Formats: sequence, C-alpha cells, structure tokens
Amino acid sequence: MNTAATTPNSAAKQSSGVPVIEMIGVSKWYTPEFQVLDSCSTSVQKGEVVVVCGPSGSGKSTLIKCVNALEPFQQGDIFVEGVKVNDRATDLPKLRSRIGMVFQNFELFPHLTIMENLTLAQRKVLKRGKDEADAKARKLLQRVGLSDQAPKYPGQLSGGQQQRVAIARALAMDPVAMLFDEPTSALDPEMVSEVLDVMVELAREGMTMMVVTHEMGFARKVADRVIFMDLGAIVEDVPTEDFFGSPRSERAQLFLSKILSH
Amino acid sequence: MDKVVDWFSIFWQESAEGTGTYAYTLLLGLQLTLEISVIAAVVAFVMGSIVGVCRTLPSPLARRLSGGYVEFFRNIPLLVQLFLWYFVLPELLPRDIGMWLKQVPYSNFYTAAFGLGLFTSARVAVQLSAAITSMPRGQKLAATALGLTTRQSYTSVLLPMAYRIVFPPLTSELLNLIKNSSVALTIGVAELTQSARNMDSYTFQTFQAFTAATLIYLALNILVTMVMRRIEHGVAVPGMLVAK
Repeated sequence: MNTAATTPNSAAKQSSGVPVIEMIGVSKWYTPEFQVLDSCSTSVQKGEVVVVCGPSGSGKSTLIKCVNALEPFQQGDIFVEGVKVNDRATDLPKLRSRIGMVFQNFELFPHLTIMENLTLAQRKVLKRGKDEADAKARKLLQRVGLSDQAPKYPGQLSGGQQQRVAIARALAMDPVAMLFDEPTSALDPEMVSEVLDVMVELAREGMTMMVVTHEMGFARKVADRVIFMDLGAIVEDVPTEDFFGSPRSERAQLFLSKILSH
Repeated sequence: MDKVVDWFSIFWQESAEGTGTYAYTLLLGLQLTLEISVIAAVVAFVMGSIVGVCRTLPSPLARRLSGGYVEFFRNIPLLVQLFLWYFVLPELLPRDIGMWLKQVPYSNFYTAAFGLGLFTSARVAVQLSAAITSMPRGQKLAATALGLTTRQSYTSVLLPMAYRIVFPPLTSELLNLIKNSSVALTIGVAELTQSARNMDSYTFQTFQAFTAATLIYLALNILVTMVMRRIEHGVAVPGMLVAK
C-alpha cells in the first residue's frame, strides 16, 4: 500500500530467545472493501517498550487488540511467547490472562469495589485463594498510591485514580506484557501525569509494553521503539531517537509537525 | 353511619358457594392471584434472563432461536396464548400425553401461571438484552482481556449491572404481570377478578364487588412498587445515580 514504507523489524533490543509478541503479516477487513489492517509485522522483545502512534483511524487500537484476540483478524499470525493467538486450539482465556490490558475509558467494573475489581479475575481465572488475591491487590494498590481507596467504588474515584486502579488490576494477573490503548486520552489534563508516572515506573522496572498513545513526551522518555501507522499499515518501526530525529516517511513528518507544534 | 354499615355488610354475608363470607371469597381469589403471579414472575425472570442473554451472544444460532422465541411470545395476545396452551396443545400432542395433560390436577391454574410467565418472559428478554447492549462495549472487552470466559463475563460483570439498569422497567413488568393474571379467569381459575364476578352474580352488588377488587389490586400493586423501590435502592451502586 505504502511503497515509501521503511523496513519493519529494526528492533532496538535484539535479545536472544522468543519475542514476547510477534506479529507476521496481520491483515484485517471489516468488509471486503474496508481494510483496517494491512499486513502489519512487528515484534516486541522481553522488556521492550514500544509506542504505537499515528493519526486517528490508522488502526493503532485495532492492532493491539489483535494481540490478545479481542479483535479477530483474517490474515497473518500473531504469537505471544511462541503461542499462536489465531489457532483454534489455543486456550484464549488463559492466553489473555497473561497479557494485561488498559483501556481508554478505564472499564473498571462499576458494581464492584476497587478491591473486588482487583481480585475478581485473580480468583476466577487464576484460581487464587481469597487471602492471596487480597494480598496481591493490596500490594498493587499501594504501588499506584491508592491503598486508602480499596473499599470504594469506581464511580467515587477521579478519572486518573480509576486508570491507576485499572493498571493495578491488569498487573494483578502477573502479565508477561502490558497493552495500553490510549490510556490518557479520556483524562482531564491535570490527571494525565499521575497515570504516566505509573507507566514510566513500570517501563523502568522492565515490563514489556505496547502503548498506543499521543503522549510523545512519554514516548521520548521511555520507548525503545516507535511504530507509526497510517491507513492500517505500519509505516515506520524504528528506534525512538531515529523517529524523533528524522522520521523517514513524509506522513510521519507531517504527523509529528502537527502534534509537536503546540 | 348506618348507610356505610349497610354498604359493607354484604362482605360479611355467607356466600352462595357455602365456603364462607364474600370477603373470604375475595381473599381466596387474592390468594390465587398471588400464587399465579409468583410462579409466573419466576418463570418470566428465569426464561427472560436466558433468552435475553442469548439475544446478545455472538453465536448466530443463539440469536436466531432467542429472536424466534421473543417474536412468538410477544406477537400473540395473552388470551390467545392461554387458550392455545389449555385447549389446543393437548390435542396436538400424542393422544396419551394429551389425555394425561387434561387430567393433571389444577391444570388450568398451572396453564395460567406458566402461560403468563412465558408471555412476560419475552418482554423481560427484550428489556434485559437492551440493558446489556446499552453498556459500554469496553466492559465486555475488559472482562475478556482479564481472561474471563463468556459465561464468567456475563455472570460477574455484565448481568450484575444489566439487572440494575433494567430494574425500573422490571418493576413495571411485575405490576403488568399481576394485572394480567386476571386473564386466568377465562380458563376457569377463580382468581381475584373472577371472585368479584362471582360475588356480583350471586348478590347483584356490582358496585361493591368491583370496588373491592379494585382496591385490593391497587393496594397490592402499591405494596409491590414500594418493595421494589426499596430493593432498587438497596442494590444501587455507590457513586452512580439512581432515581429517587
């Protein structure tokens, strides 16, 4: 589709072993005429932080939702730690429980307390006992600075607090990787930094992360690589310094000039 | 004062049926109305929940079957449905089963209760599935992303909120169900409305008979409304709005 595309897979950290996430030629169509992903290939090594950016409608969210099979795709393969996502024999609930996901609109469960939000899947999916799940939840709430909110309900928390709870909820499953789908886009400006702080800390601790975001400051600070998407295709997949130094595609230059000029 | 006493005295007269006073006749009617309503409400809730959930599943088969169920039960008048179950079904079944069905004790009572329950379940199903689809798509995605199965997503995440959303219309549905139970008189169940008719036909005290029935229905439904409102507030989620 885009012949000016640079070669993908110029991975920054060429570590040995199986990548945590590997995508090979992933394509998705809603209808035969409407293609949302166009043979996307990339991989994320253990401990790597990859930021996915691009204009609205470029397929960023759809791409990361394919990783844990929240979105089906018609062509290509995705592997998570060597396990094929698009294989009918794969135990998808088990695979999904090993990948944390944080959504734009937090998606905490409103009828459950913060504590229950953090323990529900631990108990139902990982079959942890109540004490173990509670202890894990308390530890993570402390980590995101919300220990005192445990008995409250999501509707009683601010957006920034809810998103931090959502991150803690995902971490409670001891994931091998975390997916972030525009985690700060629904937040009031003054709450963005409290969420980003948690994410930066997570990145520095070595969590494998794939982050769809427009927060270029975050990308500069912690991303190892930046993937730029346009019209459903991966246009650039380069080390962070290269992306901000000299984006090779015109489309990425235009995108950056628009979002960095303010 | 004497006039008022006169007016009420009919209720303390022995009924022509010889089972007690007319007040007692009406209370027996109320009892049957309550029994039909309770059974029908349970049937409507259980079947409505199953069919309502099926209407929101990804499986085309589940959607088609539940869609057919809803269209069948909501597009035929309640009265015709009762006649269908009571008079037509035994004839359609194999002879032996049909004969057995006709001889089941209180078959008219059970037909009324289950018929009313199934009729109402179609309405409950539509309301519940509307509540589920009105919830943000991200809720199901978040549950799925945590590794919950479809069944777990429904029981732990979607349904607890969907039932809260649908609670006010479910209250209306329960009130409708209680009122609709009067249709049972057409297949010979002496529920409240029929008891009032009996009293009327034996005593010609039409005004008293139906005023009494009216007041009993009114009191019953106001009581149900109050109880349902209390439950609604009891299960309200802190931090979310509920109508006062």
